[in-house]
Amino acid sequence: MATAAAHTAAGTEPGEAAHPAASSARTAEQQAAFDEAVAADERIEPRDWMPDAYRATLVRQIAQHAHSEIIGMQPEANWITRAPSLRRKAILMAKVQDEAGHGLYLYSAAETLGTSREELLDKLHSGRQKYSSIFNYPTLTWADVGAIGWLVDGAAITNQVPLCRCSYGPYARAMVRVCKEESFHQRQGYESLLALSRGTKAQHEMAQDAVNRWWWPSLMMFGPPDDESSHSEQSMTWKIKRHSNDELRQRFVDICVPQAESLGLTLPDPDLVWNEARGHYDFGPIDWTEFWAVLKGNGPCNDQRITQRRRAHEEGVWVREAAAAYAAKHGKATA
Amino acid sequence: MPANVAALALGDDALVLSHRLGEWAGHAPVLEEEVALANIALDLLGQARVLLSLAGDEDELAYLREERAFRNLQLVEQPNGDFAHTIARQLYFSTYQTLLYGQLASGESELAPLAAKAVKEVTYHQDHAEQWTLRLGDGTAESHERMRRGLDALWRFTGEMFQPVDGIDVDFEALRESWTASVTAVIERATLSVPDGPQSGAWTAGAGRQGLHTEPFGRMLAEMQHLHRSHPGASW
Repeated sequence: MATAAAHTAAGTEPGEAAHPAASSARTAEQQAAFDEAVAADERIEPRDWMPDAYRATLVRQIAQHAHSEIIGMQPEANWITRAPSLRRKAILMAKVQDEAGHGLYLYSAAETLGTSREELLDKLHSGRQKYSSIFNYPTLTWADVGAIGWLVDGAAITNQVPLCRCSYGPYARAMVRVCKEESFHQRQGYESLLALSRGTKAQHEMAQDAVNRWWWPSLMMFGPPDDESSHSEQSMTWKIKRHSNDELRQRFVDICVPQAESLGLTLPDPDLVWNEARGHYDFGPIDWTEFWAVLKGNGPCNDQRITQRRRAHEEGVWVREAAAAYAAKHGKATA
Repeated sequence: MPANVAALALGDDALVLSHRLGEWAGHAPVLEEEVALANIALDLLGQARVLLSLAGDEDELAYLREERAFRNLQLVEQPNGDFAHTIARQLYFSTYQTLLYGQLASGESELAPLAAKAVKEVTYHQDHAEQWTLRLGDGTAESHERMRRGLDALWRFTGEMFQPVDGIDVDFEALRESWTASVTAVIERATLSVPDGPQSGAWTAGAGRQGLHTEPFGRMLAEMQHLHRSHPGASW
């Protein structure tokens, strides 16, 4: 719990806005206290006053994050029934289960802002809220599961670790739990690719092909370049975001290059080269046309992903209704 | 080797049902059930790995045997159907597993330590299936009807559970009585009736345990084994 004045200014009562002048003075005071709390790196909690736009931004971001966990189960679940060893099958099942759990934490975090899981799922199903564009790519071989663990979870962690210090308390705390599990998944993905890379020629080729297909979409996970990112500046002021898209993308590339070397795999970018002066890797241009096409719904699996999600939800209606009817009869809370 | 026969039979049950539950990933009616079904699938897969390792190499046994060499019950290989069908299968099987492992855990066999660990897991599975049987049976008219259909459709596969298995030193007649009492109590609390047909047919009595399976099983194995078989000798 934070201590700045923002928190004592919380809790405007519904009837309190009777005098417009007094009310607007009060809002200015609340705004100032909020700004001060954020500047002092204090956490904003659900009952604290917050600007409407801050609340809306958080709902959008946390919901999109939750949706990504749920949709993100699909490309990996695609391989559960075909996993090539019982050990890998167990690891993959556990991972997909964790993702459902992450979705649940994140919907709960979003609900502290005054929305509901039902409402958010409805927005996902009707296309009014998005999920990460990466999950619109298909998993064509077993090696894709490893590449997703290494690259996609790696990019997610690079994005999410700074969110553990995000100004909104429930989101930051959810991220601490999510990041622990994600880094475990990422290591497993790396280890799975390593086994393939050091395996037979066919396995090595499968691993390389997967990395070739997942590398660029992973770089796109950091979002548009800084000069085209509409929400970035405000989110950084509010300390929802701590680093720009391009900074995080650069950090990710710098981490991946040596990892690819130790995997014995190459990254599909002829322009990738160490820049001594910058102390970073330079890399080639990203195909932003593809990024925007996928984001607008024209990626390889957009329709398939959302159709499956809607179908699961619709085919489950009678089950949820049964649970509610039983609870009503027997006086217990519904799930 | 009676111990191998037993480990293979119980290991195959767990392996095959785990696979079927894994097919639910991304399709469950509510997020909490994504977690629960995956959790049960993982427990079963863990049991399968221990049991198959007692009988040989887990991956060779899972991926390189053909349909006629599998020893699982026909019940566990049945396709998922709707959620009620999956729950009916789970109720029948978890009740059996809980009673069976409870007895094995207190015995002296090689399977006792595995059973002692697994009995905690399968008790949870049984509770989950029981809670859903109650909710679906005593929920809405539609869920009641679906639960009834699920229980009826799978009833003819239940008799096989009580065929004695070499190496499992359990009184299978007593097991049948306890199972029937337990399942009957749940079904009746769920405002449903115990199905009245036979618990086995001409091809079902003891068939899965002898390597005689139903048609959907071959297709399930084709999917499960395809990748492993495409890369002979590879490690993953």
